Amino acid sequence: MAAELMLPEMGLEPMGGGTAREIQFREALREAMSEEMRKDDRIFLMGEEVAQYNGAYKISQGMLDEFGPKRIIDSPISENGFAGLAVGAAMYGLRPIIEFMSWSFSLVAADQILNNVPKMLYMSGGQWGCPVVFRGNDGAGGQLGSTHSWCVEGLYSNVPGVKIAIPSNPYDAKGMLKTSIRDDDPVFFLESERMLGDKAHVPEREYTIPFGKAALRRQGDDCTVVSFGRPVNFCMDAADELKKEGINIDVLDMRTIRPLDIDSILDSVKKTGRIVVVDQCWPFASVASEVVTQVCERGFDYLDHQPLRVNTEDVPTPYAKNLEALYLPHKGKIMSAVKASLGRL
Amino acid sequence: MTSVANSPVNMSLTPTKTTAAQPSKRTGPRASDSLPPSTLVRWLRDMFLIREFENRTAQAYQQAKIGGFCHLYTGQEATAVGTIAALNPDDPIVTAYRDHGHALARGMDPGACMAEMFGKATGCAKGKGGSMHMFDKPNWLFGGHGIVGAQTPLGTGLAFAAKYEVEVMKRGVDGGPAKKKVSLAYLGDGALNQGALHEAMNLAGLYGIPVIYIVENNGYSMGTSIDRGTTMSEDLRKKADAYGIRGEIIDGLDVIDLYDAFKPVVDWCRENQKPAFVDLKTYRYLGHSMSDPQKYRTKEEVDQYKAKDSIDRLAAHLMEDRKGADGKPVLTEQQFMDIQTEVKATVKAALDFAEASPIPDESELYTDVFVNPQPNLSPTCEYTHGAKNPLL
Repeated sequence: MAAELMLPEMGLEPMGGGTAREIQFREALREAMSEEMRKDDRIFLMGEEVAQYNGAYKISQGMLDEFGPKRIIDSPISENGFAGLAVGAAMYGLRPIIEFMSWSFSLVAADQILNNVPKMLYMSGGQWGCPVVFRGNDGAGGQLGSTHSWCVEGLYSNVPGVKIAIPSNPYDAKGMLKTSIRDDDPVFFLESERMLGDKAHVPEREYTIPFGKAALRRQGDDCTVVSFGRPVNFCMDAADELKKEGINIDVLDMRTIRPLDIDSILDSVKKTGRIVVVDQCWPFASVASEVVTQVCERGFDYLDHQPLRVNTEDVPTPYAKNLEALYLPHKGKIMSAVKASLGRL
Repeated sequence: MTSVANSPVNMSLTPTKTTAAQPSKRTGPRASDSLPPSTLVRWLRDMFLIREFENRTAQAYQQAKIGGFCHLYTGQEATAVGTIAALNPDDPIVTAYRDHGHALARGMDPGACMAEMFGKATGCAKGKGGSMHMFDKPNWLFGGHGIVGAQTPLGTGLAFAAKYEVEVMKRGVDGGPAKKKVSLAYLGDGALNQGALHEAMNLAGLYGIPVIYIVENNGYSMGTSIDRGTTMSEDLRKKADAYGIRGEIIDGLDVIDLYDAFKPVVDWCRENQKPAFVDLKTYRYLGHSMSDPQKYRTKEEVDQYKAKDSIDRLAAHLMEDRKGADGKPVLTEQQFMDIQTEVKATVKAALDFAEASPIPDESELYTDVFVNPQPNLSPTCEYTHGAKNPLL
């Protein structure tokens, strides 16, 4: 299964006859939810400040006016309670969308989202699934400090039974959120507060993006760079910079962590013989470790250099601007890793 | 390990003799007045079924036919039977890990219940759940749940969804008509101190969700007596007050009293689509689980409750006090003996069924993880659709 080639100069997808409308990441999320809610009255949105406040990050702006307070529901600050309410409602037959203002706050709902959500189908012997979409801001940036800057994908992807989606741009955000809402399984949908204002072409026509299919954002034979979510954008910056130095890399945007499109990664590694994984989680037992392990298990003979990874530094998230910048993956670290894998450092 | 020889699971039922305390006297009409005698006899049968089922479960556990944790319901039979009797069959319920009684009271096939504990493919969760995870979709039992208190937000969500059908969808999620429903979320008194319950109760009070939190208050969270674990244990209704929820204290040892007090609460919650909280006072005769030496309470205390045994009380009531139109008691001693014979045969059949059933096929390890399995969800296995659940 080859990754779909999606170059940004093509507007992330072939333009066809559509208009070149550009909207923000947050608007793309809103459109996905609103369009699905118009078609399916089992869907409701619940979370802190989603209704009267119009969304802490204005993602749900205007949705209360359109759908009313019985479907766009303000919750108190009570993540364990409303996450569990969603589990019950989903088992009963509704299709809840739960907004965590930040995935950092999902930790207080860990029992519901890790013990109940992924296991309900299994422990009920196939009687009840748990089709909830949990979505919200994930990851560091913006000087939010240690407790508000969690990247949960490393921790949560350890648990079987959930699908995990993490878009890198507005086009994917809309198509992947629609796929998430329609899926009969629980989905953790990870957004980034740092990207909500990003604008890109998002067609008005109906589309969805399938899970488990990576997008090839840059093409090159020298090294494979794998990432997901916001750091994909850093990888593309690095690719553009490296190109000036005559180094051409594949940038694979995984889009979903579970499922993980390992086939596209292996196809690329077969060609380049080198891999750098860029991951905004801490390094120990991370998604990057998982990708490296799978490449070693299934593509060891293709490798001309040991796999490398660029994670956040292995410390709590600092507040000071310079330290935070040092802590996160960035263009410079990615370029260094690619050069190291090519023996050019 | 609890000693079966010294435990009340072998207690002989002597229906004509009882030292039970009299139910509290009430004046005015009682909810149970309108029930036909056959319904009360059915309760007696169901309570005896749970008692007998748990007796045999204890034996099977000691024979190592059942693994893991196993929490028996003996002594608390009236609470499941009396509360479920006040519901419509399609009102959803959810409970904690001491769940065999709720499953049987809700109508689960005893064979499926026992086979689940035996880890057999014919179990209600295909052998994947075990004693703590009894699920029965056709009977609207949304599980037995293992983490203390974690089921209470679920029960809130079940009632939220039922109210959403009425108010938003104007139809049921299955396409049928929307109905005013009530959900029951059972919890033990140990769950009173879990945050999940308090968040759930706040949401229920805030949104007006027709869920009834039933504290099956047997006085002990494992080995910690209620006054050592929670505040205001002398009047738990104060906890409901804090969330603007109607609170009730109900005697859970006499099933008719229980029903008379509980049915109006259900009717009120259904009609007004509002929550309630019930401190249902009961007692477990056995240990917290099968591995509890019970050093935290005296034999005298246990005996005191056994003297008020709910099965003895109901049997005595039906054979002595409750008269039919012909002026005769609605149940004869012979009829009660026949019920016991039938129940013992039913439980024996459940055991035989569990024993004879196949273990799960090894391929079932990888099924029921996703409704919609797709490639590359795992690095080490491929998920598939499993065998159909035997209850569906």
